[in-house]
Order: sequence, then structure tokens, then C-alpha cells
Amino acid sequence: MRKLLLLGDEAIAQGAIDGGISGFYAYPGTPSTEIMEYAQHSKETKEKGIPCIWSTNEKTAMESAIGMSYAGKRAMAQMKHVGLNVAADAFINASITGVNGGLIVVGADDPSMHSSQNEQDSRFFGNFAMIPVLEPSNQQEAYDMAYKGFEISEKFNVPVLLRITTRLAHSRAGVETYEQKQQNEMSLPKDPRQFVLLPAIARKNYKKLLNMQASIIEASNESVYNKYIDASDKTLGVIACGIAYNYLMENYAGNCPFPVIKISQYPLPEKHIKRMRQECKSILVLEDGYPLVEQELRGFFNEGITIKGRLDGTLPRDGELNPNIVAQALGLPICEGESIPEVVKMRPPSLCMGCGHRDMYNALNEALAPYGQGRVFSDIGCYTLGALPPFNAINSCVDMGASITMAIGASDAGLVPAVAVIGDSTFTHSGMTGLIDAINKNSPIVVIISDNFTTGMTGGQDSASHGRMAEICKGLGVNPDHIKLMNPLKKYHEENTEIIKKELAYNGLSVIIPQRECIQTAARNKRAALKSN
Amino acid sequence: MKTDIILAGVGGQGILTIAAAIGMAAVNKGLYLKQAEVHGMSQRGGDVQSNLRISDKPIYSDLVAKGCADIIISVEPMEALRYLPYLKKGGYVITNIVPYNNIPDYPETELILDRINKLPFKIALDADQIAKETATARASNIVILGAATPFLGLSLEELEGGIKSLFGSKGEDVVESNIKALRAGYDFAKSKI
Repeated sequence: MRKLLLLGDEAIAQGAIDGGISGFYAYPGTPSTEIMEYAQHSKETKEKGIPCIWSTNEKTAMESAIGMSYAGKRAMAQMKHVGLNVAADAFINASITGVNGGLIVVGADDPSMHSSQNEQDSRFFGNFAMIPVLEPSNQQEAYDMAYKGFEISEKFNVPVLLRITTRLAHSRAGVETYEQKQQNEMSLPKDPRQFVLLPAIARKNYKKLLNMQASIIEASNESVYNKYIDASDKTLGVIACGIAYNYLMENYAGNCPFPVIKISQYPLPEKHIKRMRQECKSILVLEDGYPLVEQELRGFFNEGITIKGRLDGTLPRDGELNPNIVAQALGLPICEGESIPEVVKMRPPSLCMGCGHRDMYNALNEALAPYGQGRVFSDIGCYTLGALPPFNAINSCVDMGASITMAIGASDAGLVPAVAVIGDSTFTHSGMTGLIDAINKNSPIVVIISDNFTTGMTGGQDSASHGRMAEICKGLGVNPDHIKLMNPLKKYHEENTEIIKKELAYNGLSVIIPQRECIQTAARNKRAALKSN
Repeated sequence: MKTDIILAGVGGQGILTIAAAIGMAAVNKGLYLKQAEVHGMSQRGGDVQSNLRISDKPIYSDLVAKGCADIIISVEPMEALRYLPYLKKGGYVITNIVPYNNIPDYPETELILDRINKLPFKIALDADQIAKETATARASNIVILGAATPFLGLSLEELEGGIKSLFGSKGEDVVESNIKALRAGYDFAKSKI
């Protein structure tokens, strides 16, 4: 047994390594990224030759993990909450195929949208797939759940969803590790047609999943992660999910005067909930994310016991919880310090000085000036910061890959020329399919693939195109005469602007590829090179 | 003992190094620790903070509640002021006075420093200058850590141990330079209390 100081993300990776994992698959996304980064840097994964793969997107990651499960070994797929949307098809169907080797899917949610476009709650996906959901309340539980999650998955023959939020993912604490388990031997599923979801087989598998539900609920009732903590004041009972439990206990220094159900495994533990319903006069639900538990307890008619939470205004409907919000909900005093002095100004994130995206936007803005505003569809990445001053250069950011396809639709509506701005990693993640749409109709759009050879926003992970961007576009079928490379540097501003102007004037599909390494990655590579010399 | 700390700065200024050094010292001493960091988009030149809590008893919340921080440690003066709602009555602000100006409407330095001077309990220092004079310009965050050391509930020796654990793999020179920076900050703070 070792004691380590780990981020929640790192605890999950270490738990999976010690729990006998044979493969990690992921696409980077805040706040899930550090799971893979830790796994990749771990001595143990290197020694054992455990694949730790940045996949091209979350769907390919999920499918690779399902494939490893098919072959009898334990696998994990990690992604941020919106990444689970991308992987949803594979994810939902994996609950119908069932597993062979244990399969854990990590959905890392971002309430308060620190680095995301929404704050959707992955627990709904677990509910949707009818599988067990684990939601750790601290770093030790994050480790434990990754360690034991594979067994839960194998026991019930379904994937397990491990749901975390930003706060736990990116907070460090001491974690005690357990003895390392052996990896599973490779073995085929006993039923060779288990993973063949032809309707006739899927119907059978689905019945199996439905019949399993009672035992999945029973597992929640008996789970070591769910606790009924009794107390004398029964005017209120508190249901505290995941890290909300910490905020509750923080406010009472560990001694809550009301009965508490700590919930870290779903579906809801019926046994505990029914007891609280019987013994307490009202119930307060504390949960980070959407009011999933609260909604379930209220039901449609909301008759009977008073249920407080995000839906009745006791807690804010949106945003992450914190000790103060929970104190307020409990009617406890808050002793706020001085307010923020007026002299303090906002300091929003911005593109790094020297970043190639800056030079790309400067050239694009100048080239577009004669056409007027409102025609640049962008995507998810550092370059989304082009929406802010001084650039004010983009008009959309919706989901991975949407820049190209939205430009197609807008040009169909008559917005010609329309421009798409997408990064290299986002392009291989979800832009290539959209580009084929544009190729097939020769849409009058200019696609700018701002290629910095990395996945920059999440800290510089592998990017799947590996410098072959022009070849990929050619291979997909873009007219080579309208694939233009440029070097986004200030000294080439004039010629870069000219290239964009020319392609804007062309009534068909153009792809412009500004290529220059991310300055953060470049600096890191330089340091690494110095160190190895 | 229990110390709740807000670390403040701008993405890339090295507040996580300060957090890691305190964390190492706390863990070496067998204390409990929770440290919430900011990763992702905000790291790109935006304001960043880290909540660091150390205690001899188990810690529940990863976040420090408003009005409960024992100290604010900031490597940038405007960022020190941003977290005042979290500072408890009688809590100290330890801050660098060298501005990091990467926004178009950054206020005049005078205005910021005036406001800092009005704080009842503060240690304000030119950490960049002190770092240059005693160690290396890059160690200004460690100078700030040194200035915060009298308020952490950890001794100077324990912090030096933390620095050794943190920088040990980078060689004796780096450790020594950072310990010089730490002591210079510590001496400055001691002369002001």
C-alpha cells in the first residue's frame, strides 16, 4: 500500500491501473484530460505495455474500449461530458451488448462551464443506458471506484459510468492504493453472438438488461459508497450526492444535526430513500449538476413530503455548488470578507502572444472586411478565443466539427462566401465528414484549418493528422488547386491576406491551411530536447 | 492546525509551483491536504486561483468558503484584490507588487498599490527584484512563498524540505537557488511583521 498525492483524475487512472486495466482510450477534454496524461506517464503502464491511446474522437475511443472488453480484458474510455454526446451511440449500445472484460466509462462534467459550452449532467446518460453510475465524493473514492468498477461491470455484464465533476477532477488529495490486480487473460465472449445487435439478438439482450435492473438497485442499497447517517433532528433529511457531501459536512464540521444519505452509487438506493421519507419531515437534495435526484423524488405530481433543492429555489438552478451556496440553503450564516474593489478588472483568457491563430485571424479579418461581418463559423479549441477582442473574428462555436457544416448550411441560405475556422485536432475529430459534404456539393465556402500540430487548449496532446493535413484534404477529394498552405507569421501578413482574399472570391470549396507549431508545445519540446542532451 | 489558503495569479505565472511546494511540505509532515486547481481554458492568460487547505484533521471541502481563508498569496497585485471576499477578518494578504499587464484596461499601478496599502494585514513586496538580486528572476514565485511562510503553520525548515522534494530531480543548483529565494522572501516578511 502506498500513499500518493493525486488529482481526482490521476486517482482514477491509478485505480484503473491497480484494478487490472489493459487499455485506456480517450480524447482530450477538460476536465477529463489528466486521466490519460497520468496513465501515459505512469511507469506501470509502460512496463506492462498497457495501451494509453489518444483516439481521434470520443466515439472511436469508446469503441476501442468496447473492443477490448469483447476480447475479455478490462478497459476504460474517458471523456468530458459533451464528449459523451459524441460517443453516445456506442455507449448506449454497449449496455445492450453487455461486456466481456470490465468496462468503465468516465464522464467528466463541468458545472459552471469553466471550460465548456454547457453543463449537462452525465448521470442522465447512465440512467438512459440503465447501468450503474458511480460518483465519487473524494479522491480516495475516485481511486476505489476505478479499482473496483471493473468487477461491478463484469458482475452485472454492463459498462459502468464513473461520473466526476471539474472540482474533484482538478483537486489534489492524499490517496491510499491497494494491491495490484492481475490483468484478465484474453478470452472471447461465451456467446459468440453477444455483441451482434441484430434486432432478434438485441431484443434478447435488452430483456436481460431489464431483468438485471432489480439486482443493480440492490447493489446500490448495499453499496459501501452509499451511507445512511442518522441524527436526532428529523425536521430535515439531506440527500448529498458526490462532492456535495463534502460541502454539507464542511458546514457542520463533520457533525450534521440532520439525517444524511451520502450517495455515490446510482440508481438511487431505494432502501435509504424510503427510510428518510418515513423518518424525516422534509428532504433537501444537494447535487452538483442537474436536479436529477430531486426530479426523481418529486415525480410528476409532487405530492406529500416537501422536497427542497434546485427546482424550488432553495439552491440556484445552475452552476456548481460550493460551501457557501450549501450554507445558504441550510440557513447558516455566511461571513463574507471585503467585496472586490472596483479597481479590479476582468481578466478573461486570451490567445498566447506569438500564437499562430493570432496571425491567422489578423489576415482573415482584413481579407473579409469588404464582405462585412457575420460569416465566420468556428469550432472548439484555443481559436474560439478569436470571439473576444481585439479579434471579434468569429460568429459561432457550437460543437466539435460544426464550423464546416454550419458554413455549408449558411451558404445554402445565400451567405456567400461563408468561412469555417477549425483546428487540426478538431478537424480530424469531427471535421472530415463535414468536409466531404462540402466536397460533394462544391459548397462556396472557405475552410481554414488552423494547424498547430497539437490539441492546444487541453495542454498539447497528440493531434491525429501529424502534419499530413494537405494530404488528408487531397485524399478526401478537395480540388488541389484550392488547397493553400500558409505560414501564419506577422512577416507574411500581406501574402497570407492575399491568399484568403483570392479564395474568398472563388465560387467553390477552398481549404486554407495555416501551419505553425503551437508556441506552448514548441517551448515544451525545446525544453525536453535540452534536457535529453 | 488548519490553514486555508487562496493562491492567485495569471495563467502561466507559477502559482501551482507554490501550491506544490506547500503541498510537499504538508505531506512530508503527515498533514491532510486538499488543493483545487484551475486547468483548461482559463489557463490561457486569464486569472487563475488555487484553493489550498492543510490541516491535521481530515478535510471535507475542496473549496475554501468565503470569509474563511487565512491568507491570500498572490504573484500579481490586482489578482490579490480579486479574492478579498474569501479572506477572513484578520487574514493576511501576501502579494507581489509587480503588475502583469495583459489586458487593455489594466488600471494604473498606483491605484492598485494604494488599495493594497489600505489592507490592514499585508506583506507587499517586489518579488521580481528580490528574486533577481538573490537567486534568479524565474524564482519570484518562490520569493512570494517565502514571504508567506510565517503565516502557513509550517516552519521555514519544513518549506525548505518541500522545495527539496519538489526541485530535487532538477539538480543541486536549482534547489539551492530556490532556497535562497525562499529565505529572501521570508526575511522580508519577518522584517515587516
